[in-house]
Amino acid sequence: MTQDLRAILIELGITGLIAAALVFPLITLRTIDSFEGLTINARWLPSVLAVALVVLGRFGLILLRYERSAIALAGGAAAMLAAAYAWSSDLPLSKLFEVFLFAGGLFLFARAAIQWLVIARGVERARIDTARADAALALRRAIPLAAAVVVVFVAFLPWLPFSSIYMLDVGILILTYVLLGWGLNIIVGYAGLLDLGYVAFYAVGAYAYAIFAVNFGLSFWWCLPLAGLLAGISGLILGFPVLRLRGDYFAIVTLGFGEIVRLVLINWSAVTRGPDGISSIPRPSLFGVAEFNKRATGDLPLFHEMLGIPFSPEHRIIFLYYLVFTLSALVAIFTLRIRTLPIGRAWEALREDDIASASLGLNRTRIKLVAFGISAAWGGFAGAFFATRQGFISPESFTFIESAIVLSIVVLGGMGSLVGIAIAAALLIGLPEVFRELSEFRMVAYGGGLVLIMVWRPRGLLSFREPSVRLFDRRGRMRFAAEGYAVGDSPLAAPAPTTATATAMTAAPAAPATGGGAVGEGSVVRQKPTGSKG
Amino acid sequence: MISGDGEGGSVEMETETTAAASAAVSATATAAATATATAAATTTAPDALLTVEHLSIRFGGLLAVDDLSFSALPGEITAIIGPNGAGKTTVFNCLTGFYSPDVGRLLMRHSDGAEVYLERLESDQIARRGRLARTFQNVRLFPRMTVLENLLVAQHAELMRGSLYTVGGLFSLPSYRRAQQAAVEKACRYLNLVGLLSRADEEAGALAHGAQRRLEIARALCSDPVLLCLDEPAAGLNPSESKTLRHFLRRICEEEGLAILLIEHDMGVVMGISDHIVVLDYGRKISEGTPEEVAGDPRVIAAYLGEEDADDGSTSSTAATA
Repeated sequence: MTQDLRAILIELGITGLIAAALVFPLITLRTIDSFEGLTINARWLPSVLAVALVVLGRFGLILLRYERSAIALAGGAAAMLAAAYAWSSDLPLSKLFEVFLFAGGLFLFARAAIQWLVIARGVERARIDTARADAALALRRAIPLAAAVVVVFVAFLPWLPFSSIYMLDVGILILTYVLLGWGLNIIVGYAGLLDLGYVAFYAVGAYAYAIFAVNFGLSFWWCLPLAGLLAGISGLILGFPVLRLRGDYFAIVTLGFGEIVRLVLINWSAVTRGPDGISSIPRPSLFGVAEFNKRATGDLPLFHEMLGIPFSPEHRIIFLYYLVFTLSALVAIFTLRIRTLPIGRAWEALREDDIASASLGLNRTRIKLVAFGISAAWGGFAGAFFATRQGFISPESFTFIESAIVLSIVVLGGMGSLVGIAIAAALLIGLPEVFRELSEFRMVAYGGGLVLIMVWRPRGLLSFREPSVRLFDRRGRMRFAAEGYAVGDSPLAAPAPTTATATAMTAAPAAPATGGGAVGEGSVVRQKPTGSKG
Repeated sequence: MISGDGEGGSVEMETETTAAASAAVSATATAAATATATAAATTTAPDALLTVEHLSIRFGGLLAVDDLSFSALPGEITAIIGPNGAGKTTVFNCLTGFYSPDVGRLLMRHSDGAEVYLERLESDQIARRGRLARTFQNVRLFPRMTVLENLLVAQHAELMRGSLYTVGGLFSLPSYRRAQQAAVEKACRYLNLVGLLSRADEEAGALAHGAQRRLEIARALCSDPVLLCLDEPAAGLNPSESKTLRHFLRRICEEEGLAILLIEHDMGVVMGISDHIVVLDYGRKISEGTPEEVAGDPRVIAAYLGEEDADDGSTSSTAATA
């Protein structure tokens, strides 16, 4: 026991030292911008508290190691209570401190509770595991329903009592990134090509809209398909030389292309107006029927006058919200559909093994180019929408960080999963907005969130893959049963094939079905098609 | 379509004897040029399905395949054997377009008279126009896709046509539904043949090794080949699995009218099912013929067991007695 005590003390000491080493620069030293210049102010109380809490938390984990779950349970609960008390009172502690205290307490409490269930209550570990697996399966089954509920919620958000212009703005931002994520997903998630320069297509779409609208006066509804088309073509042009590269080389070259596009935007001032950007980009009209302005600027009538309601800036925001919602819905339907088509399966086959794909006659370059073109076109749509929403674009908006954000949305969401990508977009774009109160610690929370997802769900939030086609339905019946095969052992498993199956093999497979699948157990039964020579 | 090929194959099998007879006549030029100048008949029969002539490929200083000539007849199983590093898989990679040979002609002659020169094509064109399918030494499936999806990818060209190059598929036109139905039925047929029908919706990567090998063969068959190249199909199989594989290969060869080109180390499989064997050593052909002829050839025994003047005394004595 004394041996143990010594080990515990050493462990706690080391933890404390590490914590102190981290706490000192992060918490203790605080720079203050005063009229004398930049001075440093030491915050000793929170620092000491932080180190003490880290050591206490470690002690809680050690208690769990010695199966003292009751004490750890109490400790975790106490930590949560203390955090809640500190939150409600006006102690001189930052909110972030209290959030972390609460999270730590919750973590300890949950670990202790599981251990208590296992040891004190005699619940078997296996039962907890199966319960967890069942929950995962139930979650997976519930996803289509949950997605439908969320879609309905998003569709009616502007009409809900608690919605505000701010919420709709955040919603538009999130949906723009959902659109981008779903577009990039075709290259990264399906075709398995790591594209670090997706922002290039976003930029091409945005500039295509801005240039056509400002210089030629084309309306948004003409420019939207045009922007998609131009972005798609630029995808094909960029893709053609790049697609023969693989893996890291591909990623680096796409990164380069992203930068090239940005540099062209900065330097080709005659067309793009250089670093100044393009301003006063026309906002979209209501399908060319009415405008959302307060005072008439063109020939179109005004929306609020048409309906005879007072002017509100909300109208345009609600319209933009529905615009991006519709675009996203179109992309989602298209993606879900194309995934089950041969081209979608070919993308995934190339991702899985492109040598095997080539040996089966798949033209790798062409298939990847199609993925590149479609993905780029979706990026172009998102870009055109971005331009019309902002009314102003400049090369500043299309830096590498945009590519990185979209890529992390796709990777964290689970490559290939539309629902996962939407969740990731909501988290990555929405959370920084929610955490605006944390001010400078916003990005710490953001980074922490990324790390947590990578630790717990290394393959993305929703990483399972729904097959593009299933032979059997949920009750185990064959869905393409016209041939009348029944499941059983095959001739390969039984070396001596019966003459019945042997002749059946040479029969014309095009013969029509003679009935439902035979339900023979054991050996293969293939109902003899009528009219075949057998 | 399949049954049509089957009939074509059986017709060609009847003419096999005449092919062998004419082979002796037309083989002279190639045989003379072969550096090894083996006495065994180099069959470049006019109706051979695949004719390989003077194939050479060099990797830096290593001559991996050296002036190799052989042919594969329709409906027959041709085996390529040889010690490790003899260049067998390199021959396959040349045939399927993954390497381009330095010298040589690789001619596929189809039953409809079409001639395809494989050395001029990319690997995906070889699969489509040469109608040559292959499996890999270390199984290459699409592991995260289901068994059925693996087989549908192999029918990509037909499905693309059926879906009117995706446009028709997006709107789910009847032509696409028919094409998909036909593709699934064909996949079911081959899945049934290899005993994986009940596992059609499982992830291919989750199957056991033996099942993965069978799935890879079924996938190759789904791409509608006339020549199936199998790279060590029995590697990693247990004796009973290897025995069923033997039956299976013989059967698909006869029933589908396929020609099979086989690389294999398992001599039980090779001697049991091959019609014709080509023996390679250090990239050169050292022997060729029926299983009996090859098994009795002293050069083959020397290549496998070591030569008389080798350092290892124990093996040289065995070779000497042979």
